[in-house]
Amino acid sequence: MVEGHQRIAMSEMAVGEEGTVLDFQAGCVFQNRLVSLGFTPGAQVNMAQNYGHGPLIVIVRGTRVALGRGEAAKIIVERGIQ
Amino acid sequence: MSDCHSAPVKTTAQLVLRDVSLPLIALAGQPNMGKSTLFNLLTGLNQHVGNWPGKTVERREGIFNVDGDEWRLVDLPGTYSLTANSPEEVIAREFILREQPAVVVAVVSAANLERSLYLVAELAALDAPVVVALNMMDVAEQEGVCVEPHVLEAALGLPVVPMVASRSEGVRELLCVVQEVLSGKRLIRPHSAEVSADHYEILQKIEELIAGYVPLPYPENWVALKLLEGDVEVARMMREALSPSAWEVVQVVLRAHDDAFMAVASGRYEWIGRMIRAAVTRPRIGQIGLTERVDRWAAHPFWGLVLLAGILGLVFWLTFTLGTPLQGWLDGQIITPLAGFAADALAGAPFWLRGMLVDGMIGGVGSVLTFLPILVIFFAAFALLEDVGYMARAAYVMDNLMHLMGLHGKSFLPLFLGFGCNVPAIMGTRVIDSWPARLLTILIAPLVPCTARMAVVAFIAPVFFGVNAIWVSWGLVLFSLLVLVSSGALLNRVIFKGQRSAFIMEMPLYHIPNARTIGLLVWQRALSFVKKAGTTILAMSLLVWILSFLPTGDMNTSFLARFGQLIEPVGKLMGFDWRLTVALITSFPAKENAIATLGVFFGNSAGSGLADTLASTFSSASALSFLVVTMLFIPCMATVAVTKQETNSWRWTLLSVFMLLGFSVTGGIVVFHLARFLGL
Repeated sequence: MVEGHQRIAMSEMAVGEEGTVLDFQAGCVFQNRLVSLGFTPGAQVNMAQNYGHGPLIVIVRGTRVALGRGEAAKIIVERGIQ
Repeated sequence: MSDCHSAPVKTTAQLVLRDVSLPLIALAGQPNMGKSTLFNLLTGLNQHVGNWPGKTVERREGIFNVDGDEWRLVDLPGTYSLTANSPEEVIAREFILREQPAVVVAVVSAANLERSLYLVAELAALDAPVVVALNMMDVAEQEGVCVEPHVLEAALGLPVVPMVASRSEGVRELLCVVQEVLSGKRLIRPHSAEVSADHYEILQKIEELIAGYVPLPYPENWVALKLLEGDVEVARMMREALSPSAWEVVQVVLRAHDDAFMAVASGRYEWIGRMIRAAVTRPRIGQIGLTERVDRWAAHPFWGLVLLAGILGLVFWLTFTLGTPLQGWLDGQIITPLAGFAADALAGAPFWLRGMLVDGMIGGVGSVLTFLPILVIFFAAFALLEDVGYMARAAYVMDNLMHLMGLHGKSFLPLFLGFGCNVPAIMGTRVIDSWPARLLTILIAPLVPCTARMAVVAFIAPVFFGVNAIWVSWGLVLFSLLVLVSSGALLNRVIFKGQRSAFIMEMPLYHIPNARTIGLLVWQRALSFVKKAGTTILAMSLLVWILSFLPTGDMNTSFLARFGQLIEPVGKLMGFDWRLTVALITSFPAKENAIATLGVFFGNSAGSGLADTLASTFSSASALSFLVVTMLFIPCMATVAVTKQETNSWRWTLLSVFMLLGFSVTGGIVVFHLARFLGL
């Protein structure tokens, strides 16, 4: 794998990996819910649990948030810290 | 002011509802911030729990007393934001705008300040008089976070009171500050969040376009902000308020800036970021908190399920080892003697009156009430797990399994509650955010075997299956759950076309449970159960008794018996005679009534007669079929009533009833013939 700044779906992040939210590929209502839980473009995320299947836990703005895999796939992040 | 801090604050609450002359205090906050703990602390038992008008969202209100002054306290629904994504969010903001509370206490968590200040930013934009209750200072400390309240207060421009609501710390200080705001001693000048500079002009432009057309009581700048955020409710309101051409102009501006929503949200988080940088010392990187350590096990895809199974097993074990003897004691020492006493006291009364009071009322309602200890233990265990923060983990590890039915993890929580009683389970579906997922959960919830059905199983199974009764019982539970999963999967395909809602849920930090919060939750659930026993169950018990009494005074020739005989051909397919069929019908008011009815038919020889008579009258195949049908039968009438209340639709309620009727009859027929084939 190439290290550095890549755009990936959040569901592809490994445990312990840091990333920066870039964009969502989601409908308006879901987008609103993501934002109110702290996911905005530029927000730092840290993957806390991801077994490659099933839901995952990510830390955003100091909150642990559980997301379905499908939902996490709709959040585009840039690997590494800005 | 000094005496305000020294004098103890008395919070003796009285319940005088909707006394509009009292100062109105609203409690706002995101979920998991300890808002309910604070509300319970202030109002105690004297709170009124109802629904917001026209909505199935819980409304809690109380009146409490501070140094002789009475205040009215309304608990707003817990929401993450105030944008119209859910009924809760609309209720919260409409209440603040229309009722104009004198003070809005915003409960935020010191351990989760960055996210919880988001709602404060929204409240400040509403021009509400906000006092910030900086709760969970203890959890913050435990997670290594340090917050300086005075710095935060200066940065926000809002009063900030540090507190630990679960230990009642800081409550007096909070009430003092609220009092200062009420008396005008303390003015609130919030440093509101602003949209990022590149969108400032757009906001101005929209404000100009709508100026003079915004209906009261909505502030113009707030409406402009919400339009930028793409709020559907506000957009609908302004489309009606503006002329079509003016609305078109607004639309054009909005469409050209469809990224504005992010700009507004980012603006708020930038504002929050400034507050945080001023007031918070973050934990050092790499420091692992308690929550993270526990979650390595509790949220693990395998060990998490093992832990959940262990916890469930423990809850059931506790419920039945502590609760069942208590239930037996209540039945043997209170209800039976009471019935005997009433029968003696009414010896001179007409036969029908004695029968109605002794058999109909004490027999029906009394036997339901004996389940109270079992339910209290179950509710207490559930409330404890909820308050510690474990329930979110249970939902998380169950997410994969729930996908089979097109549901996600959150639906597991009400279903779990259903093992105690299906009524709170159906009310508990309110935690599910999407309506199709909630409806589906309501429809399958009655398939969770409740304690009342388990009581029927616990009575019948040993009579017919002896030492194997335990395996029969477990088999029946597993069978019910199997039917639940398959019918859920089927309903999702057929009715809901396989659509699935988004799973996104906060995993709260673990914290030490609060006895008061748990106690009040158990109290409220137990109270609603007792109320149900005193009303719907009482009415139905009396009705069933009357039908079993008229016209001859003998159950064997009553209307109920005639009805049982009428539908006996269906019963025969399941291996029932008309008496078993009638017993099943009488389980509609309350499931355990089935035993009472069998008692009337077969228990005349007194003492342990019922068990022996049953064993000699019916085959094991009939008994097994009867148990299967009992597990799957039409939900009890309280469950049907609450289904109607929560779905607000007779169509879905009847679907639920007929679906379960179909399942139970089919299940009974199949199991009976299979059991016969196997030689039972």
